[in-house]
Amino acid sequence: MLAFSHLTATASDRAAERTRALAGAPPAVLVDGLSKRFRLPHQQYHTLKERALHPFASRRYEELHALEDISIEVARGEFFGIVGRNGSGKSTLLKCLAGIYSADQGRVEVSGRLSPFIELGVGFHPEMTARENVINNAIMLGLTRKQARTRFDQVIEFAELEEFVDLRLKNYSSGMTVRLAFAVAVQVDADVLLVDEVLAVGDASFQQKCFDQFERLKSEGRTILFVTHDMASVRRFCDRAMLIDRGRIVDVSDPASISSEYREINFGAVAHGDQVAESGGQARILDGWCSEPGSDERIDEHMQGRRCIASMDVQFDEAVEDPSFAITFRNNMRHTIFVARSDTHGPTGHFEAGERVVVSFAFDNWLAPSRYTLTPSLAVAGSVAREDDVAELEVTAAHRSGGVIDPPYEVEVTRT
Amino acid sequence: MSGRLRPANVGGPFAFGDDFRRFWALTWTLATTDFKVRFFGSALGYLWSLVRPLLLFGVLFIVFTKVIRFGGGVEHYPVYLLFSLVLFFYFAETAAGGVVSLVNRENLLRKMRFPRMVIPLSVALTALFNLGMNLIAVLVFALASGVYPRWSWLQVPILVAVLTTLAVGLAMLLSALYVRYRDISPIWEVVQQLLFYGSPILYVLSFVPDNFEKAMLANPLAVVLTQMRHAVIDPEAPSVFEAIGPNVRLLIPMGIVVGVFLLGLWVFKRETPRIAENL
Repeated sequence: MLAFSHLTATASDRAAERTRALAGAPPAVLVDGLSKRFRLPHQQYHTLKERALHPFASRRYEELHALEDISIEVARGEFFGIVGRNGSGKSTLLKCLAGIYSADQGRVEVSGRLSPFIELGVGFHPEMTARENVINNAIMLGLTRKQARTRFDQVIEFAELEEFVDLRLKNYSSGMTVRLAFAVAVQVDADVLLVDEVLAVGDASFQQKCFDQFERLKSEGRTILFVTHDMASVRRFCDRAMLIDRGRIVDVSDPASISSEYREINFGAVAHGDQVAESGGQARILDGWCSEPGSDERIDEHMQGRRCIASMDVQFDEAVEDPSFAITFRNNMRHTIFVARSDTHGPTGHFEAGERVVVSFAFDNWLAPSRYTLTPSLAVAGSVAREDDVAELEVTAAHRSGGVIDPPYEVEVTRT
Repeated sequence: MSGRLRPANVGGPFAFGDDFRRFWALTWTLATTDFKVRFFGSALGYLWSLVRPLLLFGVLFIVFTKVIRFGGGVEHYPVYLLFSLVLFFYFAETAAGGVVSLVNRENLLRKMRFPRMVIPLSVALTALFNLGMNLIAVLVFALASGVYPRWSWLQVPILVAVLTTLAVGLAMLLSALYVRYRDISPIWEVVQQLLFYGSPILYVLSFVPDNFEKAMLANPLAVVLTQMRHAVIDPEAPSVFEAIGPNVRLLIPMGIVVGVFLLGLWVFKRETPRIAENL
């Protein structure tokens, strides 16, 4: 936030102005009956020669319904998530909203200025220095050259790349490039931002900065439409989210329900595959999360040494005897660091078909500071249900020991 | 503020848009970026930009003046040869660079909302920068060869404008078609070769038999080069108005220029909504 300290004054003015304008304001984004089809010819000709050689060739084609009858309203200042599996149409939707693809039916209305990019670092040129790229990129975003020059220092400071401003971009690491791209992108002077999958980049501390920027944009009353697979960031940022599958809206709801629906869609897809025998169909894991004792609030960040509760939400579809529950913590190297299991604490008892339970494991958090993912699993008489990486937990600490766990210990030096 | 926040329809992709300042800023930025990267990337950048026309000029100069003694009858033939080569290179860079421009900028077109026409126009602008650089070399060479400035040199911007209109028209037309048909590029290369030999670059128009001369002036490039010879190099040489006979015949080459431009504009605007998805 420091980098923007002298911007925040104008920003809060603007936020106030926006709030005043909010009363009775139209939605920031209105999508009404949007449909988009792609034609997939049976036989496609890519050259004039082929076209000329096959003048009577069939011009039949199949239509791929990439989007069908999508209608949504996004209020001003809302952080709206769009989630769905690969090929579900979410990126096509974003491109239609951005005016990069033309819609076949329906209309899109946007109040205020729309950010022109849907991805970071568009137009970056590897042969040019960071300085030139920042100025060019800012102009492409819609700033004037003068504005771009005055904001240049903030951009570089935010990206923490002061020493490398005159280095050509081709010599940058991918992480540095992304930092630079993000730093320029948050300078955009738009009311509605379209963002395709950007948060999955950068190290943990830079991601934190990005999140802070999203909070700032939100507090300024800007509207963000955000396409992602990452349910943790949907739950963390979005006010509302939309689940889209095969070009149709499945649901528009609060982030928690959307992320569990998304998981069900994915889980359903898996269940039709070869993992049927494995999951057995006796029980499903709907969700997993962390919290602190005495609070229902889900957390994705936790201070080392405090007590932590990891929970999983399970739906039984058949009557089950003595299932075994577990939650596996993996660090960002994908090493299994900690497994909390119920079978070490004795039998769990009998569960009826249709019953839904939350299983919680409470533990003192002595994990080393890092980003962990939670994978809940459930074993019933030889078959296993598992949901990989349903939640994330960032463990913070004052010190780093270098190990993977930091249990409390005493030090004693004895002379012999 | 409230005016800014009124809901507005987001249409599909557009060719020009209604924000001229942004259109120009983008065109300028893309063109200068290309220009910088190509010619200021290395220490000898400017020299490299001259190497291509100068090398070809050197070869042709030796072949036509020393080996087959062809240019003897033409006043300041070397200057004419260099100037027409530079003009043809400008034309070719805009048109041929334009053909592949949309496909080369695929990433931008699929990830960003901006007026599509920026892409071929930025290619033309980069070529115009190059022309400016090359004209410095032509000027030095002309002065050294004893061709001195005259008021009629002021016709040069008009000739460049005619050339630009034709080249930009072709760039719009071919870039939009190239997205659909990938053999447009080799086809255009052949056409460009034909134009190179079919236009009075290596020779001058007055060498051509009379009845051919009139027919060749249907080619806009021939009109531009013939007038250039009269206006810049040798006032004794026939102007295009003298060469073409009845001046009403000038409507043919000018009609081609305007026709190609309008056709290019129409095709490009028609293809605009689907460029990003057909790439």
